[in-house]
Amino acid sequence: MEAYLDNSATTRCETQVVALMTKLMLEDYGNPSSMHLKGVQAENHVKQATMKIAKTLKAKEKEIVYTSGGTESNNMALFGVAMAKKRAGKHIITTQVEHAAIHAPLSFLEERGFEITKLSVDENGIISLEELKQALREDTILVSIMHVNNEVGAVQPIEEAAKLIHELSKNAYFHVDAIQSYGKFKLQPKKMGIDLLSVSGHKIHGPKGIGFLYVDEHVKIKPVILGGGQQKGMRSGTENVPGIAGLGLACEMAYETFDEKICRMYDLKKRFCEELCQLENVKINGDFTKDTAPQVVSASFVGVRSEVLLHTLEDRGIFVSAGSACSSNKPAPSKTLLAMKVPMEELEATVRFSFSYHTKWEELAYTLQVLREVLPMLRRFTRH
Amino acid sequence: MYKAFLIKYAEIGVKGKNRFLFEDALVNQIRFVLREVEGEFTVRKEPGRIFVETETNFDYDETVDALQHVFGIVGICPVAKMEDNGFDDFAAQTVEFLKKEYKECNFSFKVKARRARKNYPLDSMEINKELGAKIVDAFPEVTVDVHHPEVTVYVEIREKIYVYSKTIKGAGGMPLGTNGKAMLLLSGGIDSPVAGYMMAKRGVKIDAVYFHAPPYTSERAKQKVVDLAKLVSKYSGSMRLFVVNFTDIQLAIYEKCPHDELTIIMRRYMMRIAEHLAKENNCLGLVTGESVGQVASQTLQSLAATNEVCTMPVYRPLISFDKQEIIDISEKINTYETSIQPFEDCCTIFVAKHPVTKPNINIIKRSETHLDDVMEELMQKTLDSVEMITIGE
Repeated sequence: MEAYLDNSATTRCETQVVALMTKLMLEDYGNPSSMHLKGVQAENHVKQATMKIAKTLKAKEKEIVYTSGGTESNNMALFGVAMAKKRAGKHIITTQVEHAAIHAPLSFLEERGFEITKLSVDENGIISLEELKQALREDTILVSIMHVNNEVGAVQPIEEAAKLIHELSKNAYFHVDAIQSYGKFKLQPKKMGIDLLSVSGHKIHGPKGIGFLYVDEHVKIKPVILGGGQQKGMRSGTENVPGIAGLGLACEMAYETFDEKICRMYDLKKRFCEELCQLENVKINGDFTKDTAPQVVSASFVGVRSEVLLHTLEDRGIFVSAGSACSSNKPAPSKTLLAMKVPMEELEATVRFSFSYHTKWEELAYTLQVLREVLPMLRRFTRH
Repeated sequence: MYKAFLIKYAEIGVKGKNRFLFEDALVNQIRFVLREVEGEFTVRKEPGRIFVETETNFDYDETVDALQHVFGIVGICPVAKMEDNGFDDFAAQTVEFLKKEYKECNFSFKVKARRARKNYPLDSMEINKELGAKIVDAFPEVTVDVHHPEVTVYVEIREKIYVYSKTIKGAGGMPLGTNGKAMLLLSGGIDSPVAGYMMAKRGVKIDAVYFHAPPYTSERAKQKVVDLAKLVSKYSGSMRLFVVNFTDIQLAIYEKCPHDELTIIMRRYMMRIAEHLAKENNCLGLVTGESVGQVASQTLQSLAATNEVCTMPVYRPLISFDKQEIIDISEKINTYETSIQPFEDCCTIFVAKHPVTKPNINIIKRSETHLDDVMEELMQKTLDSVEMITIGE
């Protein structure tokens, strides 16, 4: 049996998405900027995708800018705001538990004279609104907070944060990294007070190499990729038409029968966590009984190094990640778990299971059965 | 400008009646490395020299780089090939050639001509003199020095005329396969690929054995070793990599033997397995990357304890090298970047905090008796499951 439980790293592309993209690459392969028919066809595909996406966010079509994925969306938001607003102030607020695609661009800005405040989190990985309130200043130009944490599934109080930000810092834009939350939560940036929102295609059964940044129509940011002026100058470069069309379809599909899918995922998660807790010496990171994301379970198997458990599970056809997949090729303790003050022995033993709406209980039951079998064996050999 | 390379080799020249074996091995290896290079080449053996020639377009840098990976070559001379349209034309072409070859023509030089085609109107001495004069005319700042010239312009008169003056340094050593085959214990580290390279340099063909310990070591750690084997095989030619699943043996040792002796006992079993594979594959010795005192298992006492299980000679080409010297070579042969990727290998998974540094062979042997009842079966199982990967065919 195979159980792919690493859907927060990436997902399998939907068959319909692949079919649409294949058609676009073989038949409607025109450049949207071309004046002839092939160009018009390609442009129509982009328009349709944009319509679908805008609908999921109750946003306007002109508020969607396509990028090469989540990392570029985040970079575009941070650099774009910093460049546009540097005269109004140089203070940026974020959290300790962001993805590297937020932390690295912010370090770059810090080296160039911006001041970065990183909000701490509690043992469940949640920020304190009080701390945010204290941090907001007149010269704050940007607050960037991820909606769902990629490592533990913690959900930040986005709407409450948005209220505080707009109330206390008139100059500040609010950016939300929604890469792990889009498709799992209903997001309405306008209503929620979000100015910029990053989304990635391959986390929602779409293709890799495509994503978008929602930019509220009243928000002015400077483009960071310059050239032929495509996408109204916001992001130059010939549009990735097959990617955009695939993304549009994937977005639409993510929000089809949404409530039912999400309900089912929460049921799976609850049942899985309850059974995990019955195993000896297993600790679940973050609070899974309350309002966490439906797709992420982070568990520490004390006494077993996560990498060893990962390879053991892999042998049985179960694919998980140790810490955050994006950083597993350079072993370093997870920033999120450190910020949550998870003790080192649990941190080294942490594995992330992440689901998709395709995940079945049989896969989780199989995983539990394998865990029951291998954990005692692995605990016999612990490193000293 | 160049259409040929003259290959110079040194040690082979003194091999007496076996000389043709060495030359043939060298020709074969040159053909092998040139397969991957853009262009069509013919490799021709002549008394005392090898010519690589091409009539097609070819990539000069790639060709030189490939030839620099061939052991047994001490020098590579890029040769200009000229049509014989009379002496004046040939002299003019030679002057053009020197202009391109040297930015500033202000050296001392001599001409050294040979005639393979004896009916050429001038004899060798005359060519030296006449061509020398033409060169002096063309470059006012050059001087003739027949005893210690800075530049020697070599001329060979054949069907066509060959001219060369520069020598690019080759890898040295001996042609591959002229000195038998040995089994390299290849880990993912910095040292063992260098050890393999150094044995290959002396003409030893290499097969390699890697011990992995799933699930304690990852698929990526194994891939890293395959990558290293590929890099070494650029010098050592095609090789077979034997992948041994060492987990069960390692766990048995861990459960039954004192933990401070783990590494030594583990290494003894690695040597036993490596020797078994070496014998099965016609290898005449084992090769390791050990260097005295680098880690606990590489003290003289530890080396004696691991060596004791082998009947074959164990070659340790890095035995007196410092770490930095080894790193320097690994950078030169391009294995360093791969070696430092941070995947754990089986040696680092189970290590004692304080391993013995001066093991006593008798005590180690006594500890190993704890494994008597399981080891025969485990060894058999391990050897039966060896995976073989062919690299660089």
